[in-house]
Amino acid sequence: MQVFDLSALDRLVQVLGERGYLVIGPVLRDGAIVYDEITSSRDLPIGWTDLQEGGSYRLHKRADQARFGYVVGPHSWKRYLFPPEVRLWQLRRSRDGYLGSRQSSGQTGDNGQLDAISPATQGDLSPPRQAFIGVRSCELHAIHIQDRVFGAGNGARGAARGTPNWHDPVYARRRHDAFLVSVQCTQAGGTCFCTSMGTGPKAESGFDLALTEVIDGKEHYFAVEAGSDRGREVLEEVPHRAATDTEAEAAARAVARSVDQMDSGVRGRTMETAGIKELLYRNQEHPRWDEVAQRCLACANCTMVCPTCFCSNVEDKSDITGEHAERWRRWDSCFHRDFSYLHGGSVRPSTRARYRQWMTHKLASWIDQFGTSGCVGCGRCITWCPVGIDITEEVAAIRASDAQHREGEKSG
Amino acid sequence: MNVMKRGRKPKLAVWKFASCDGCQLSLLDCEDELLTIADAVEIAYFVEASRSISRGPYDLSLVEGSITTPHDAERIRRVRRVSRFLVTIGACATAGGIQALRNFRDVSEFTARVYAHPEYIDTLATSTAIADHVAVDFELRGCPINKHQLVELIGAYLCGRKPDIPGHSVCTECKRAGAVCVTVARGTPCLGPVTHAGCGALCPRYDRGCYGCYGPMDSPNVPSLQTWWQDRLAVSESDLIRAYRSFNAGAVAFQAGVARKGRADGGGADTDPRDAALDSSTRRDRIS
Repeated sequence: MQVFDLSALDRLVQVLGERGYLVIGPVLRDGAIVYDEITSSRDLPIGWTDLQEGGSYRLHKRADQARFGYVVGPHSWKRYLFPPEVRLWQLRRSRDGYLGSRQSSGQTGDNGQLDAISPATQGDLSPPRQAFIGVRSCELHAIHIQDRVFGAGNGARGAARGTPNWHDPVYARRRHDAFLVSVQCTQAGGTCFCTSMGTGPKAESGFDLALTEVIDGKEHYFAVEAGSDRGREVLEEVPHRAATDTEAEAAARAVARSVDQMDSGVRGRTMETAGIKELLYRNQEHPRWDEVAQRCLACANCTMVCPTCFCSNVEDKSDITGEHAERWRRWDSCFHRDFSYLHGGSVRPSTRARYRQWMTHKLASWIDQFGTSGCVGCGRCITWCPVGIDITEEVAAIRASDAQHREGEKSG
Repeated sequence: MNVMKRGRKPKLAVWKFASCDGCQLSLLDCEDELLTIADAVEIAYFVEASRSISRGPYDLSLVEGSITTPHDAERIRRVRRVSRFLVTIGACATAGGIQALRNFRDVSEFTARVYAHPEYIDTLATSTAIADHVAVDFELRGCPINKHQLVELIGAYLCGRKPDIPGHSVCTECKRAGAVCVTVARGTPCLGPVTHAGCGALCPRYDRGCYGCYGPMDSPNVPSLQTWWQDRLAVSESDLIRAYRSFNAGAVAFQAGVARKGRADGGGADTDPRDAALDSSTRRDRIS
């Protein structure tokens, strides 16, 4: 383990910039800590923390000058790897009336279908290389979950086990280039439950660099681990030295603190995950779905803030003249009525059906589909639900009466 | 049906009922696209823009405004008869507009207070949406409508495709834009979760709660949001009613929530804070 100081943190941001990365990190904006472009470590939310509960998020000043003294906000890295809106292609009608066919679009070349794709679309497929600073352990897990969904291990980097044999070019390109600077959580947030999901708080792998911020009296430094060759390369350009035993222990203690907070219930939550897939599969008609549907707004906020939710729609647009058409992909949600629209109507017209679909997919059928849970315990869906619906409470409620139900059957 | 292939330009008509004209002004406000629209369709009836009128029938009718008089109620049937595809535009046409506030009061009392000779006023007791009177092919929401959605609607009509105008909540627009939720982060009451998208989350992106200009989204849960506002955001009964009784006061989903709350607390419509304003003589003095 290595250590570096506050000035080296700033140097890290500069080095990444010099290497051609667009550096994205936590910044204060509109009453929250969000992810946006940064050019210096001074852009970080120095001395701020967040207090979170179901349906509530508030910033507070800390007693110290911590750079990463908060947990996670309304944004996730998803918006930089799987952008909310992407133009997939655009077409112009040619003289003989066909849109973008090989024969018709002679003006731009002879590349088959590609000659219909405009330079602007190429821009969407060739984004700047991005470096993310402050990726939490739960977020690393979320990125790995989306890697499977979008087949990011295929193509450019060679197929990874368990991934489909295709890849999404928009995601895969961004993901391949992304430089991940992880930050270990040294405190639990009000709605965190990563210890239940086995996704944190300590980032074990999957990062290029991982930092642990240690503030101990007058001492303020970062313990640093490199997790990849390019991480080691970047670290070589930043002043650092080997950690002493005391420093390494202090870093470990800092991470242990957040585990204790979640496990003891001082901060954060827990979710019992034993047999959760079977639990939800056998409770598809549980009365709790009706109860939660009374509160659920079907507004889709939970799916938008979720770092693993990946649903999108694809819409074709044409202009007034009919000469120009575009295809856009946008974030969509299983909470939208039209999301499950098939010929004749929506498959899930009720909010009950939509909530059940979301939670059952996230915690149960995701396992069948992708081999892992779709939930990383980041707590965003709880905090950013405008009426504070808590997925850990919903699971607990179903589990509680599932057990009663079975006891009733035994005694009866 | 691709109308562009018929060999003649489709005829566009713009009709006005009880409204402020803001929505049909959105068509003139298209500026860059306006000439293209004028090229693609024959603007056959649009009296706000031109005195030149072509006879119907019309391929695409845009109807602004609500039905507030017996004459309106008769005229909209004629408009329907001469229109192949009828689209209502704006909160007046889709929900009765701000003037639907009359629906919660005795309209004869208003006319008596406002007009020197109320006997000349021939008005209905309610202001209602066009769809309450005739079949409507598509409703374009908003107060006013979003001109980009209007252009999208006309473009989609000309190609014979479904317009890309989703019925989900404003929240999705906020989240796609990366805006921070004003309710969660600041405790600001926001109608976004129950309101139809279309404005691009204009108000929340400027740190204000949504005013519900686009009316109810496709599956609004007004009672749940109301409970949260009252229990957790300490919104008063009168503020709650005021929030839902604006441009889309006549929308069934928004009415239902207020009525339910009103009954439960024994207050509701009878405790409307606007009573005070209406009772004072200043309003009448100002008008006369």
